[in-house]
Amino acid sequence: MNTHPDEEWDIELTPDSSWCDLKIREVWSYRDLLLLLVRRDFVSFYKQTLLGPLWFFIQPLFTTIIYTFVFGGLADISTDGLPQPLFYMAGITAWNYFSDCLLKTSSVFTANAGLFGKVYFPRLIVPLSIVVSNLIRFGIQMLLFFVMMGYFAYSGHTFSPNLYLLLFPLLLLLMAMLGLGLGMIISAMTTKYRDLSFLISFGVQLMMYLTTVVYPLSTVKAKYPQYQWLVEYNPMTSIIEAFRYGFLGEGTFTVTSLLITSVSTIIILLLGIIIFNRVERNFIDTV
Amino acid sequence: MSTVIKIENLSKAYQLGNIGTGTISRDLERSWAKLRGKEDPFLKIGEVNNRAIKGTSDVVWSLNDISFNVEQGDALGIIGRNGAGKSTLLKLLSRVTAPTAGKVKIKGRIASLLEVGTGFHPELTGRENIYLNGAILGMRKTEITRRFDEIVDFSGVERYIDTPVKRYSSGMYVRLAFAVAAHLECEIMIIDEVLAVGDAEFQKKCLGKMGDISKGEGRTVLFVSHNMGAVQNLCNKGLILDRGNLGFIGNINLAVNNYITKHLTQSVAKQWEVENAPGNSYAKLRSAKVYNPINDTDDNIDIASGFAVEFIINILTEQLNQLDITYHLVDELGVLVKVASTAFSMEPLYLKESVIKVESTFPANILNQGIYTLSRVLVVKDRGHILTEWNDVLSFEIHPLQSNYLGWQSEKEGVLKLSDLSWKITTDYVD
Repeated sequence: MNTHPDEEWDIELTPDSSWCDLKIREVWSYRDLLLLLVRRDFVSFYKQTLLGPLWFFIQPLFTTIIYTFVFGGLADISTDGLPQPLFYMAGITAWNYFSDCLLKTSSVFTANAGLFGKVYFPRLIVPLSIVVSNLIRFGIQMLLFFVMMGYFAYSGHTFSPNLYLLLFPLLLLLMAMLGLGLGMIISAMTTKYRDLSFLISFGVQLMMYLTTVVYPLSTVKAKYPQYQWLVEYNPMTSIIEAFRYGFLGEGTFTVTSLLITSVSTIIILLLGIIIFNRVERNFIDTV
Repeated sequence: MSTVIKIENLSKAYQLGNIGTGTISRDLERSWAKLRGKEDPFLKIGEVNNRAIKGTSDVVWSLNDISFNVEQGDALGIIGRNGAGKSTLLKLLSRVTAPTAGKVKIKGRIASLLEVGTGFHPELTGRENIYLNGAILGMRKTEITRRFDEIVDFSGVERYIDTPVKRYSSGMYVRLAFAVAAHLECEIMIIDEVLAVGDAEFQKKCLGKMGDISKGEGRTVLFVSHNMGAVQNLCNKGLILDRGNLGFIGNINLAVNNYITKHLTQSVAKQWEVENAPGNSYAKLRSAKVYNPINDTDDNIDIASGFAVEFIINILTEQLNQLDITYHLVDELGVLVKVASTAFSMEPLYLKESVIKVESTFPANILNQGIYTLSRVLVVKDRGHILTEWNDVLSFEIHPLQSNYLGWQSEKEGVLKLSDLSWKITTDYVD
């Protein structure tokens, strides 16, 4: 390979890169950048706004109110016997984290073309920073969820948080990985085919209705047993069902379904990283 | 000295025209060929990058089979015309894009400055942006903290350091950005004409800092610029790129001279027919020439002859306007030597629809030898409003005198000849 064994090169640039080089070490050496990007996202979000981080509350709160009115009140969809606002808020909080990660990562290349065209750093840092900054937002929304849980417990509703709460870190990780993985696959493809960026915002909305955000899995199983696979094999469904079960004591999931979700999530993430790293090398020529 | 950058048969192809329609079928065809281990069908038909000639294929080789080494501590100036592949080379080296063929091997950390202030966020303060920009350019947080005071000091925006950069003047913005870049801890630095910013004082400071980086600190610098003066000042080696090919690599003075003589094509006279004369609805240039005013020929303009310039211009304005004819004379490094204008030396001239012949004589023994260019020729209305402008109209050489009176053939001693300065020397001077 190297004709001069005494020569040590730090960087070698070649037309083709190895498929399985995930560049994790390089990403680690840029960890400071990741934190600074997260800080930038957070600070720039509330600068020159009156309500600042309060905005993080407003969106889930109003969505919950609307869902309670439309799906709970008008359509009268079952909520597994849980207080409706609590049921929706659990779904919305989890879904929002996933969809924010997915939507923002899916435009990484096109949104950062200017930056990527001028300087090199492992591009993976940017999607990772998105996942982490959304974590802050998710944390704040969880606070709102806890406040609501407290309120409903105080006003005499019964729901039973249980040991499955311990699954929470795993669920969070799965949502992050799934959003990241799918987002990276789409972002890699949008560099050439912009059609996908139109598809994605509308696709995410449709996908929400295939996930148990506004209805419980038990209802689907009861009403449409022939279509239940559509909802059940959606990786986000078992995450949200497990999330609800842990915090509120109602939800339909099995260890198997969670395992399937975990495996498919890992596959999607690995695929995402590989595709992302391939595209990163040349995307600036085609973007 | 050791080699820090080794470039082997480096090539980069770009696709011209629209990317988008029909790319899926094309991509499939490409990957099919790759799978079978064949050459990429769309790269075979590539051709030399010449933007002036319309090519037959839509793949162009922006860099074509380039090999060279850069030693540690070298300051390599990369020169070439627009589209010669300079920026592509820098992009490849700074890893913004990957090569189509060939290899680059690099030893040490590399920092590229293709733009000043990459990643600056307007809402963040100067302090926050220093950290963010530094991290984007590859510094660790601790390194930035260590050099923070130096950076702020160099930028000279201390007072505003906790103000969002969107409140900065563009000059301050650039100062801060350059300061971060100049204090990067790296072994190799890649710089693309970022010096065309900031005021004169700051530009000087930047050039000085870059000189320190390459000469004082023993770091390797790659520098792309059209400013031959800056390149010559800063670099010890030069590389000429010509339409994607390596034209020359070696001593910087040789490279610059080589580039100037080859690429500043001299033309002492030009003429146009009425139909294709350059210009607009106000005026068209019919002919321009430079000649020796002593013997009226266009060759052998030398220091002692001076030169004369003659334009024939079709003035097309229907109203009577006060017009002036102005030209800018630059030397081979692009330095403005003289702005000559009828406005400086004549009574106001009122003109409408006519053909005019403008002659001016540049006195002898003012300019030294060299290649000079009429970089701009202007028709100006009312002493300030530019009606028409022609660029790089003529280039000509002022030849040195056969031998000067000291009896030795000197190198060029600046732009000005003016040998008769007044001197006074006091001996045994006590302050």
